[in-house]
Amino acid sequence: MTTEPAGTPDEEGLRHRVRALLSAHDPASTDRLAFLRARFDAGLAWVHYPQGLGGLGARRSLQGVVDAELAAAGAPENDPRRIGIGLGMAAPTVLTFGTDEQKARFLRPLWTGEEVWCQLFSEPGAGSDLASLGTRAVRDGDDWVVTGQKVWTSNAHNARWAILIARTDPDLPKHRGITYFVCDMTDPGVEVRPLRQITGEAEFNEVFLTGVRIPDAHRLGAVGDGWRVAQTTLMNERVAIGGASIPREGGMIGTVAATWRERPELRTPDLHDRLLRLWVDSEVSRLTAERVRQQLAAGAPGPEGSGLKLAFARLNQQISGLEVELLGEDGLRYGDWTMTRPETVDFFGRDAGYRYLRAKGNSIEGGTSEILRNIVSERVLGLPSEPRTDKDAAWKDLPR
Amino acid sequence: MNQPSSQPATPDLLYSDVEDDLRSAVRGLLADRCPPTAVLARIESGTPYDLDLWRTLAAEIGIAGLLVPEELGGQGASAREAAVVLEELGGAVAPVPFLGSAVLATSALLAAPAAAGPLLKRLASGEATAALAVPLPTAPGAAFPGSVRVAADGTLSGRITGVADASAADVLVVPAVGPDGPGLYEIAADAPGVSIDVPVSLDLTRPIADLTLDAVAARLLVGPDSAADALRAALLAGAGLLASEQLGIAQWCLDETVRYLGERHQFGRPVGSFQSLKHRLADLWLEVVSARAAARNAADALASGSPDAAVAVAVAQAHCATTAVHAAEECVQLHGGIGMTWEHPAHLYLKRAKADEIALGTPGRHRAALAELVGLPA
Repeated sequence: MTTEPAGTPDEEGLRHRVRALLSAHDPASTDRLAFLRARFDAGLAWVHYPQGLGGLGARRSLQGVVDAELAAAGAPENDPRRIGIGLGMAAPTVLTFGTDEQKARFLRPLWTGEEVWCQLFSEPGAGSDLASLGTRAVRDGDDWVVTGQKVWTSNAHNARWAILIARTDPDLPKHRGITYFVCDMTDPGVEVRPLRQITGEAEFNEVFLTGVRIPDAHRLGAVGDGWRVAQTTLMNERVAIGGASIPREGGMIGTVAATWRERPELRTPDLHDRLLRLWVDSEVSRLTAERVRQQLAAGAPGPEGSGLKLAFARLNQQISGLEVELLGEDGLRYGDWTMTRPETVDFFGRDAGYRYLRAKGNSIEGGTSEILRNIVSERVLGLPSEPRTDKDAAWKDLPR
Repeated sequence: MNQPSSQPATPDLLYSDVEDDLRSAVRGLLADRCPPTAVLARIESGTPYDLDLWRTLAAEIGIAGLLVPEELGGQGASAREAAVVLEELGGAVAPVPFLGSAVLATSALLAAPAAAGPLLKRLASGEATAALAVPLPTAPGAAFPGSVRVAADGTLSGRITGVADASAADVLVVPAVGPDGPGLYEIAADAPGVSIDVPVSLDLTRPIADLTLDAVAARLLVGPDSAADALRAALLAGAGLLASEQLGIAQWCLDETVRYLGERHQFGRPVGSFQSLKHRLADLWLEVVSARAAARNAADALASGSPDAAVAVAVAQAHCATTAVHAAEECVQLHGGIGMTWEHPAHLYLKRAKADEIALGTPGRHRAALAELVGLPA
């Protein structure tokens, strides 16, 4: 008999708890949502979270043990692709800066997927220079009244909640007058309009906020501390990469390699040379991600993670470009230009033309490759920043 | 083969505490005994190899026998530790025959520990230094060399050009073909009939040599049954570990360039604050951290005898060879005029990086090998 030791469970302790969950809630006969709620309540949702909030305070690297055991037992998943912003960005921010009430209210339905989250950060006038954002939040009694426009909002049309940053003090320099909120997407002042992309579909939205009322109880962190809170969100977006080992030929290179093997009539010496270069680059990138994962698991995260998105964007663009070219006449065809509103973000699915066009976003979304190079050179390599005139001036006095 | 490649086991891509300690010991000694100024002073001195330094590294830190089992007087370590040493030696462009003796020749001899035991013992202690007598550009998949023949009386005759570390060697391990087939033979570098010509080398810190053998007395170490496999294994180990040397070169070039661009002022500000330069260094940094993952992967695959070793080595060479050259070229360019001078050490790294790109298979040859190995035929 296994007895559960007090304190943080180890691998055996987690296996024990998985078995207990499965025997109390047989996946074959339990409703999907009921199972996911039970998993959360058993602390097996994200084992590194605290007890009572879906976790057990265990090592993050042990999550794989739980996921593998549950997958083997045919347990339902929370469809992480549909709720990626909630899991990767909102949850760690709520965990770090939220009040006990906020954590208890938001985390469980976020993790089970009952409530989808989106992110209201970028604005038409504040892209790479996010801190210059102009959406205003004005205090009114126990509420804040928010007015402004956000953009590039994936999943806004499905979302119940949004993480939002808005300007609460225009007289301070831009980084200091920002506050972080949880915004109710069902508020009548929220209007979501699809934003059609070069792929034909509308994965993103424009979000217009007109007199949206947010209770002060839905503020995350102190008034004026929103930029620091947002850094946590953005850092966690990058850490999320280090989850599981990627198999060789995982990702886009696997698709083009399969086409190469299946269709010898398409091969040319030039394409062969370029394919092999990209195969090597993909494998090296996979190993780099694996090394980052191992560093995280060993509790010694390295700076390499900052560069992975740069490599990912470049590779996806080059490989998908090669694939369209390799396909020749088939590369002249495109699946469907009809405007649809997909539930999930899809980098690798559909046809080669779609992949080629969608990959163009990889070097823009989540920080452009140019901004990432600034971050690497300043924060990792320690090179000096460009001279700045906007850092200490009041936000209201900045030219725009 | 025309299927997707199989999935390799997950490698250990980190450094162990023992490996970190070994690195510190080597780095400390090199900082003391092998600063760039000393290397610059030595290269035109007529004794390009620093054999005193080599003896200290071999005897005090024990790096000459890292790959040799303990029962043969070595350290009984693995390719992982040898890789860490090569990172440090590359980072100092240290003029010592570690690659030729402790990696290439030693790996070939390990195929026949019985016959080669006494020689391995001498190599592990640093008492003797060996070179593997193949042209440095030879790739792991190359055909067994036929330029040296074994006569009926057992002597060797022939010519081998472009051999690394031969001018620092006491013993040459020579692939030769006789009436019974291929074999690996031991000859003394100063035996009658051996002439070692040292041409002017591109790489000032690892000069090549041209060997001419005329009826040289030889001892057979590895016979026809396993000579080709032994040579292939040695070349694979050499190519895989060379990736770590290339990583060391690239890391030095990156660090030195970042340091310089933080100090050098033009237009009233550090030149390292200009985005056009920062972005180049960010891209180079990504290449270098990727090279670290690839080089560690190759070392780990060689150390564990993984069936994936051939793929891991080819990937590491295809990436790291290119990265070292790119890093050295960026180092020269971003240093401006000073980078073009003889007195600045950047050229030592550029020359080593460019020679290493050719050594043990060019990136293109390794990509061609991968096409076979992972089922992506032309």
